[in-house]
Amino acid sequence: MHDAVLPPGERTAIVRDSLAVGVATGAYGFGFGAVSVASGLSIAQTCVLSLLMFTGASQFALVGVVAAGGAPLSGAATALLLGTRNTLYGLRMAPLLRWRGWRRAAAAHVLIDESTAMGVSRGTTEGARLGFVTTGVSVFVLWNLATAVGAFAGDAVGDPRTFGLDAAVGAAFLALLWPRLRDRRNVLVAVLAAAVALSLVPLTAAGVPVLAAGGVALLVGVLGKRQDPTEVPGPDDVAGGHR
Amino acid sequence: MWTAVLLAGVGCYLLKLAGLSLPERVLEHPTVERVADLIPVALLAALVAVQVFSSGSTLTLDARALGLGFAVVALLLRMPFLVVVVGASVVAAVARLL
Repeated sequence: MHDAVLPPGERTAIVRDSLAVGVATGAYGFGFGAVSVASGLSIAQTCVLSLLMFTGASQFALVGVVAAGGAPLSGAATALLLGTRNTLYGLRMAPLLRWRGWRRAAAAHVLIDESTAMGVSRGTTEGARLGFVTTGVSVFVLWNLATAVGAFAGDAVGDPRTFGLDAAVGAAFLALLWPRLRDRRNVLVAVLAAAVALSLVPLTAAGVPVLAAGGVALLVGVLGKRQDPTEVPGPDDVAGGHR
Repeated sequence: MWTAVLLAGVGCYLLKLAGLSLPERVLEHPTVERVADLIPVALLAALVAVQVFSSGSTLTLDARALGLGFAVVALLLRMPFLVVVVGASVVAAVARLL
């Protein structure tokens, strides 16, 4: 891979696509803000989650477990397990981005599904960096603004059931899961995990069923034989990325 | 609650940083790679199930299931993320009004 200078046309296209993904994902942060406050977190806690954790699925997982009555720490454990996904993205992106020192530390903060999807598909380091940073930064800014607005709005709405916000969480998780269901083994794991979680709901404290479902992944992963490449989201798998 | 928020927030950052810092050959162990790929699948599926079909420690079937039904149709039609999520809440809210 060489650091060839990007032609201006390609540069514009990467920036435009990345900003579109940023706007679409950022808007969705409104939903997170509203759901989080409805789940019992304060407005400040909600905003700190978006600023500090900044990875949508983990944030939704934490507030989802808390909303179901689970202990905050089991919510945190679920969020961390989901966050391991970003470690995989990092392993894939590191040789593309080739950053060290403070740039790497800063890049890590915006290492999420969307920035990976918009960066990983570029052929050059320059293109990967441009797609990654433009997407990561625009999602970060808009996601945090939208979270704050959503949190205040959710605070005003009160009961999350009024606007069906409780149904939005399930739909959000399904939308995140969807691109991973192209593989038959993944469908099997998803069905098993859902069944394990639901069967544990009446028996265990809230938050435990979801963590226990993670055991299905461990079991199938260790027993499974077939090897296939790590799934990294592509441009078609993220909000605003359909084109 | 603050402890959980800060702990998980810092932890998630460190997981990202680890990804950019670890040598790529960590992924070459097939079991590590398979388990790591399957964890999000299992957790997201479990979260969908628990969010939609339970309240506290009881299993329930209510308007949220209709919202999820809408989400499935919208995803099959390759609708954008935002339409899927907002549509699901609108469907659930309308179902409760009827």
